[in-house]
Amino acid sequence: MAQARDGLAKGDFTSLELTQAHITALEATRELNAFVTETPERAMKAAKASDDRRASNNGGGGETGSMEGLPIAIKDLFCTEGVLTTASSHILDGFMPQYESTVTANLWRSGSVMLGKTNLDEFAMGSATVNSYYGPTVNPWRRSGDDKPLVPGGSSGGSAAAVAARMALGATGTDTGGSIRQPASFCGIVGVKPTYGRCSRWGIVAFASSLDQAGPMTRTVRDGAMMLGAMAGYDPKDSTSADRPVPDFEAALEKSVKGLKVGIPEEYRMDGMSAELLALWDQGKEWLKAAGAEIIPVSLPHSKYALPTYYIVAPAEASSNLARYDGVRYGLRVEGATMQEMYENTRGEGFGDEVTRRILIGTYVLSAGYYDAYYLKAQKLRTLISRDFREAFDKVDVLLTPTAPSTAFAIGEKMDDPIAMYLNDVFTVPASLAGLPGISVPAGLSGDGLPEGLQLIARPFDEETMFRAARALEEAAAFDAEPALISRAQR
Amino acid sequence: MALDKATVARIAALARIRIPEEELEGLAAEMEKIIGWVKQLDEVNTDDVPPMASVVDVDLPWRDDKVTDGDCRDKVLANAPEKAEGFFAVPKVLE
Repeated sequence: MAQARDGLAKGDFTSLELTQAHITALEATRELNAFVTETPERAMKAAKASDDRRASNNGGGGETGSMEGLPIAIKDLFCTEGVLTTASSHILDGFMPQYESTVTANLWRSGSVMLGKTNLDEFAMGSATVNSYYGPTVNPWRRSGDDKPLVPGGSSGGSAAAVAARMALGATGTDTGGSIRQPASFCGIVGVKPTYGRCSRWGIVAFASSLDQAGPMTRTVRDGAMMLGAMAGYDPKDSTSADRPVPDFEAALEKSVKGLKVGIPEEYRMDGMSAELLALWDQGKEWLKAAGAEIIPVSLPHSKYALPTYYIVAPAEASSNLARYDGVRYGLRVEGATMQEMYENTRGEGFGDEVTRRILIGTYVLSAGYYDAYYLKAQKLRTLISRDFREAFDKVDVLLTPTAPSTAFAIGEKMDDPIAMYLNDVFTVPASLAGLPGISVPAGLSGDGLPEGLQLIARPFDEETMFRAARALEEAAAFDAEPALISRAQR
Repeated sequence: MALDKATVARIAALARIRIPEEELEGLAAEMEKIIGWVKQLDEVNTDDVPPMASVVDVDLPWRDDKVTDGDCRDKVLANAPEKAEGFFAVPKVLE
């Protein structure tokens, strides 16, 4: 992306050419089902407008943005004015937003070009992009010597696949418990979940409001820094958006990690972790140490309670947020004799299995007589988990952990046991509960040839330190493997 | 309390989701398993722990109490599955 930016600036190619090349790539890889909606005409129009802006700017007239002319994909959870927005749910059939989400509006202002809307787990609930009304997305990677289709992770699986398969220079994702970082790890790309409040949630279809954050998914750390800069910023329309300046994230990449204190949470070393993953994590420590950082063991004692806490808090908030889909104002309506019947028929038909399950769990833990035992208890655990991080950050500047407990698995696996699927987010959920920024950096390949990511977690609003450490990790890892789909195409 | 079929049916009615009778049993078993799993939080003593109220240390902002939006009826109605004379249309509520 940064390369394309420089190429455009030098006049090596135009945004029209760049955009056309990506539309061609996108059409050639439709088998991955990464997109719910493609918007090629809109993309070409935006590219033309960008080229015009650049031309008049070169004459000293117009203004070019930080992402001028760069074609990107948007997770289909961001409302885009006049462009179908589905959240990959049947219940939003035909929904054409009459407004633009703040994050996408910021991106268009920066000059980016939209290629289309990417597939996700319905309402961002899932870790494999298999819970989509529009069918599963396929990971462009394959195990070596095995052509079985794999999941891209989730919920931002369409975005991850699109970036990994070179269909887009970058894509937006949203992360509630790991939905940016885990698919980034599965697809061998960089995924950034900023601090809660860094990006406005206005116009993003809500899942769990106290956890949801938008972030960029890109091929390099520099691209992630650049794209986050274009997405972030205070927005009076989101009362939880942070009223503080957006730093120059890209500038942070230039600083060395010499003397940086990197914490290794011992509780993240879990039973059943593969020797490969442990070796990669150790390698990550060695890399940062070699770059001048100091490695310090830390303890986050309540880590093991993060997942069960999350699976009370997130469904509770979801059950409340998804009450709005009632067949009256937008999307699907299934008629019934009474108002109540119409609601029940619409929601019964409109929601998929996982969404239904989570709404029911959420309704149950919030229902009379159970609120204290579940929801209040979970909110107390959240205080303890948050406190663990705060105490760790008294001693260290950043934490290094694996991103996900496994590499990409086959489509169909883990689908009959919800809890097995939930375990995908074991390393990403704790930082989400504490609102902290996290990034997944591709660090190596497993023995069977699949990408594995390492995660860095930083203090609230200290994405700069996170990016700085991520850049050092990226440099040392020198990850240049390509997905099967790409290497095949080039042969 | 065991999460039985009747409980799931009651919760589903509260959540306004129609669930076919034959699916209740399976859902009850799944929910029972999930609820049993989250119950491990009871191991932790939280008597003196306050519940988290805000994720990051940010005070909610105040703004002047004035209208900032509006006059966009057609936009609001644009996606309605059924509308009539500038209103959302719903099944009859009163007899």
